[in-house]
Amino acid sequence: MNIQEIRRQFPILDQEVNGHPLVYLDSAATSQKPLSVIQALEEYYKGYNSNVHRGVHTLGTRATDGYEGAREKVRKFINASSTEEVIFMRGTTTAINTVAQSYGMANVSEGDEIVITHMEHHSNIIPWQQLAKATGATLKYVPLQEDGTLSLDDVRETITSNTKIVSIMMVSNVLGTMNPIKEITKIAHGNGAVMVVDGAQAAPHMKVDVQDLDCDFFAFSGHKMGGPTGIGVLYGKKKLLNNMEPIEFGGEMIDFVGLQESTWKELPWKFEGGTPIIAGAIGLGAAIDFLNDIGLDEIEKYEHHLAAYAMDKLSEVEGLTIYGPKDPQKRAGLVTFNLDDVHPHDLATVLDSEGIAIRAGHHCAQPLMKWLNVSSTARASFYLYNTEEEIDRLASGLVKTKEYFSDVF
Amino acid sequence: MSFNNLDTLYRQVIMDHYKNPRNKGELSDSVTVDMNNPTCGDRIHLTLDVQDGIVQDAKFDGEGCSISMASASMMTQVIKGQPVEKAMKLSEVFSDMMLGKEYDDSIDLGDIEALQGVAKFPARIKCATLSWKAMEKGIGNQSE
Repeated sequence: MNIQEIRRQFPILDQEVNGHPLVYLDSAATSQKPLSVIQALEEYYKGYNSNVHRGVHTLGTRATDGYEGAREKVRKFINASSTEEVIFMRGTTTAINTVAQSYGMANVSEGDEIVITHMEHHSNIIPWQQLAKATGATLKYVPLQEDGTLSLDDVRETITSNTKIVSIMMVSNVLGTMNPIKEITKIAHGNGAVMVVDGAQAAPHMKVDVQDLDCDFFAFSGHKMGGPTGIGVLYGKKKLLNNMEPIEFGGEMIDFVGLQESTWKELPWKFEGGTPIIAGAIGLGAAIDFLNDIGLDEIEKYEHHLAAYAMDKLSEVEGLTIYGPKDPQKRAGLVTFNLDDVHPHDLATVLDSEGIAIRAGHHCAQPLMKWLNVSSTARASFYLYNTEEEIDRLASGLVKTKEYFSDVF
Repeated sequence: MSFNNLDTLYRQVIMDHYKNPRNKGELSDSVTVDMNNPTCGDRIHLTLDVQDGIVQDAKFDGEGCSISMASASMMTQVIKGQPVEKAMKLSEVFSDMMLGKEYDDSIDLGDIEALQGVAKFPARIKCATLSWKAMEKGIGNQSE
């Protein structure tokens, strides 16, 4: 991988922030966008913006081809067996909420169980809390190991024959833990439950094969993988989606509308009520092309390298506590930490004054913060455009932050 | 590396309030307000003893960054012993200060003036205003 060549594709990275070259280490929140994605959006709006699936006119056909072409790119990207199983949505949050409200409301009842883990993002907690409250089901949590990983024994113990839904993140946005989704899926299926995967932090960074994982639903967001905001994907197995009711009704998703009754289009459109996210889908398609050109295996390998380098460099910083697995091979490309008693916000402000963008706060994972026994943490997250030099700047920024606060105190 | 710009934010007096918070704790039999900043997890537990239209005593507890905790410490210090109207007026002045607006400087703001620099760090304004919002809510609840 030629990092300098890759960086040239991300014009936003070439700027100064607070008098220093920008070091963008917040890609787990949202990634930057390559030129090809920005150009795809521009070409769409300048050249063939039109509504899809209705106009008989030429622009309408081009827009439909672009939109449906993007669906085929997504299908290949996650190796779904059919484009009927690829539904465009606003993002991971909407996708998980759709599963909870549609599949969940129809299949979960009092006395049933829904199983998640202590490391989940709020978007994979609250939809299930709401479902449990509405149905009288119990929401259960798989505990975490000391190093922030899951043990399959705990998974086996938590999932029972009463469990109807298991929903777990593939990669933790805080701990960097990579969860054994394939094995957990087997355990879920062995107990008659469906497996939902929050793939928001996985799909941008590693090869995902939904057929190999054998999961029933897989949700991810475009904006964390070089695509625009506002576009995401819900993958679902056809036999499940076919039996599910849409949760949004209106234009675009109907077959026939009568005065008292209506019928729905076939998959995947029955879940895409209203004018869809046309430009977003086309932009996501361009992002997938970009990632494929480099190769997901290459990207994953490089990010492991960056994670290992960062773990190494940051462990030299005195007073730094790193959360999650210590073994870099067991973690994705992000490092979450605290520096002595410097509050993460103060830390992030000082780093920002050095042009270094990191995330500080609870990372939409308050139950996990509670488990870690902290109110908030700082997180540096990497993507294919980050470099060792940037991690060096983070490390020296942290040392200087420490010095700064010991001076002013 | 120069942190000059940061020095306008992290003034000595702020760090002093952060390290040695005034009025930390909890009052019994008082107006209680719990407020948090959902985007970052900062939280404050404020108790106010308001009698005869005067803030007789104020204490806070909570967790958060230096700016939010120092601001809470300064806020309790300045409103103690003040009539409710004065406390609300101070809150208004503080809000103007945070928004970078012209503010009424005829009122003695004491240590609070040190928080002026926060206005230049938009991402941190919410940290500074959390305790003031809690105070406004507490007095509002009390007078209902």
